[in-house]
Amino acid sequence: MSETATGGAEIDEQTRRDFLIWSTVAVGAVGTALAVWPFIDQMNPAADTLALASTEVDISQIEVGQSITVIWRGKPVFIRHRTPEEIQAAESVDLADLPDPQTDDARVQKPEWLIMVGVCTHLGCIPLGQKSGDPKGDFGGWFCPCHGSHYDTSGRIRKGPAPNNLPVPGYEFTSDSTVLIG
Amino acid sequence: MSGGTSNFQSNSRVVNWIEHRLPIFSFLDSQLHQYPTPKNLNYFWNFGSLAGIVLVIMIVSGITLAMSYTPHTDLAFTSVERIMRDVNSGWLIRYIHMNGASIFFIVVYIHIFRGLYYGSYKAPREILWMIGIFILLAMMATAFMGYVLPWGQMSFWGATVITNLFSAIPLVGDWIVQLLWGGFVVGNPTLNRFFSLHYLLPFVIVGLVFLHLWALHMHHSNNPTGVEIKDEKQDTIPFHPYYTIKDMYGLGIMLIFFAFFIFFAPNYFGHPDNYIMADPLVTPPHIVPEWYFLPFYAILRAFTSDYWVYQIISLGGGLMSAKLAGVIAMFASILVLLLLPWLGEVPSALPLLLLGVRDRLRHPRMGRRPAAGRRAGHDRPVVDVLVLLPHHHRCAAGRHPGAAETASGQHCCIGYQCTPGGGVRL
Amino acid sequence: MKMKKTLTAIALGFGILAGAGNAQAAGGGPKPPTIDWSFNGIFGTYDRAALQRGFQVFRNVCAACHSLDLIAFRNLEALGYNEDQVKAIASSYEVTDGPDDTGEMFPRPATPADHWPSPFPNEKAAAAANGGAAPPDLSLITKARGAGGDSALRVSLFHPGGFPLGADYVHALLTGYKENPPEGFELPAGKYYNEYFPGHAISMAPPLGEGIVEYEDGTAATPEQMSTDVTTFLAWAAEPELEHRKNLGIKVILFLLVLTAMLYALKRKIWSDVH
Repeated sequence: MSETATGGAEIDEQTRRDFLIWSTVAVGAVGTALAVWPFIDQMNPAADTLALASTEVDISQIEVGQSITVIWRGKPVFIRHRTPEEIQAAESVDLADLPDPQTDDARVQKPEWLIMVGVCTHLGCIPLGQKSGDPKGDFGGWFCPCHGSHYDTSGRIRKGPAPNNLPVPGYEFTSDSTVLIG
Repeated sequence: MSGGTSNFQSNSRVVNWIEHRLPIFSFLDSQLHQYPTPKNLNYFWNFGSLAGIVLVIMIVSGITLAMSYTPHTDLAFTSVERIMRDVNSGWLIRYIHMNGASIFFIVVYIHIFRGLYYGSYKAPREILWMIGIFILLAMMATAFMGYVLPWGQMSFWGATVITNLFSAIPLVGDWIVQLLWGGFVVGNPTLNRFFSLHYLLPFVIVGLVFLHLWALHMHHSNNPTGVEIKDEKQDTIPFHPYYTIKDMYGLGIMLIFFAFFIFFAPNYFGHPDNYIMADPLVTPPHIVPEWYFLPFYAILRAFTSDYWVYQIISLGGGLMSAKLAGVIAMFASILVLLLLPWLGEVPSALPLLLLGVRDRLRHPRMGRRPAAGRRAGHDRPVVDVLVLLPHHHRCAAGRHPGAAETASGQHCCIGYQCTPGGGVRL
Repeated sequence: MKMKKTLTAIALGFGILAGAGNAQAAGGGPKPPTIDWSFNGIFGTYDRAALQRGFQVFRNVCAACHSLDLIAFRNLEALGYNEDQVKAIASSYEVTDGPDDTGEMFPRPATPADHWPSPFPNEKAAAAANGGAAPPDLSLITKARGAGGDSALRVSLFHPGGFPLGADYVHALLTGYKENPPEGFELPAGKYYNEYFPGHAISMAPPLGEGIVEYEDGTAATPEQMSTDVTTFLAWAAEPELEHRKNLGIKVILFLLVLTAMLYALKRKIWSDVH
């Protein structure tokens, strides 16, 4: 089978044109995607927000049995220097009694330091128990006044509508007297 | 709407389902695909689509900036700097928006020039032309208010000077100015409402552009010969693919131009004084609007009490102050364009047109010159002022009645009250 | 040919544009001499060593009176300092925080997230301490006194001498003090004669005396050297994104050139049956 010279040239021409169309479309599409990205990325947290993503806290002044509240990423974080009795009570709880089973071990790096986000996992109120006059609920930890959730000395939910334990953020002891949260 | 013939048919059931309920596919096919366009259009015809694309770029970048901008006098300037420094790619989006405004006016001025030069304003395209002038006016209002938002020195003082002009209106002038300001000076109420209106007007422009395109599609494009197409089959080609690809190529060229300014000269069109936070107690030595307003600013400032054209006008009893005459002349220079389709009947129009174009090119320099000393400006014939295009470019000179002299010997510019401290700046 | 026409149009566009631009230096003074800054031009970058020296000059000399509100300590990493060095620099300054539980404001060491603390609590205090004129904040000074770090369009039809950069002005001002004003010039009391300051009578005393700072890297701290270094630092403070901007600009324009060339080729192809 033989092709005429012009037939072959026409097909070549068509292929060249198609290639030019598709390669231009491809380059254009890549360019468009690269151009659109900054407009989406600008909604990501800005540099000044990210600068406050971690908070360094000096814990050297917190006495045993004392709690402080610090702000981290706009939320309250409870830092409690636990007493030996509180640690004992936390470690001896049967997991079957917990609506959200979690060992105390899994929630602390050093047993005497309990660090958790102080926002009730029910509907977001801030539980009481940080100050010495506060109600601590039936389990000696924290009590949420909004709908009556009780948290124990490890910050785990024991009674009430909250589904989960008080969340533990990522943290690191950068020295004996400072902890870096976040 | 007159478009191309659409023999739109599809094998897709989905497409036909939609088409039966909202004929979007046949609409696009007739208006953007088959749409017959003269085959001899030159590259000046690219600028309409370029203007539309720049409008989209401005809206997208503007809405994005509005996510981080705070329209309060205490916070505006620093919120813009936060965008520049902390927001991811914030500097890029800000510079796109800032330079996009200048690119928008460049493109639109060339687009208008095309219309003037090739007589695209003539019958049956008079309404198309007039809608275009309204788009220009809306653009100018949008740009004016947008420049106030960063709350720099030029933002504040430009706003003060221009809003003060309205006090020239007899009887109700002062009340109108107070209404505009929402107070006794340009302040927070002013900034807030300018932000609201600056956000609104571009969508008004989108509506006007829709009408503009609708009017265009009625009688299709003019062409460089100025003679209407007689034979559609011979002399037109479908919009797609011929003009779609040509428009995309033109877009590529414009983007290179645009990118050069964004990345390598982002403050070229601006004024350094706008990087100083607004201070109501310190007047900058030279108050200058953005370059695209300079021809009109020149006309405004030319009308001083000793200008002979004004003196002739005021022979009728001095009811009109020089300030009011300047304001009227400035607006008239744009509104006279609305009359163009009928004025253009005059055979001698072309030479005057070209004079006007030459003067417009000269205006930027004249509009920017400070109001100090007598300039050896050219006097144009009165007909220039009254007819067709703004030719007037005599710079303001010497003292203006009521102007105070500042401590450093500067004369205050025309159009607003001097502050007690005067133009002293560190 | 169409190509020629397009190129002429682009060149004409730039030409008209050169006239339309109106970036002026603060009006009045003589034109400051043009310096070939490292951050000028399409390939401009900041000289890290100069930035660090300039920072040293700023913190030891200028920061006594001038604020730098828009710079946060964390931004100093761009000067080549690591995280720990930045923390150390920050903690050597105090910022006001509060109110505490008793309702009082209290001082604490700064963290990298804090902005550079102002030497004065407010504008009025700054003015009162400086003969009625508050020393201006320096975060944007090189953009507020001339063109930014771009010499790409220094030329202009209407400014035959070119646009001065803000950096040129700042450097000229710092080195432009004259012991004795010229014949016939009346210098008000409490002011100093400066060649480049508009009006020539500046309230700031000559700040960069010989040896006022001892550079950590051992460079000789002549007034000229200190002026160049602190101006480079201030140029960075005004435009920290400059290097990234120019770098990205080269890539964007190269990409656009390629894409536009392809679009042109495609346009010619599609139009070949019409012409």
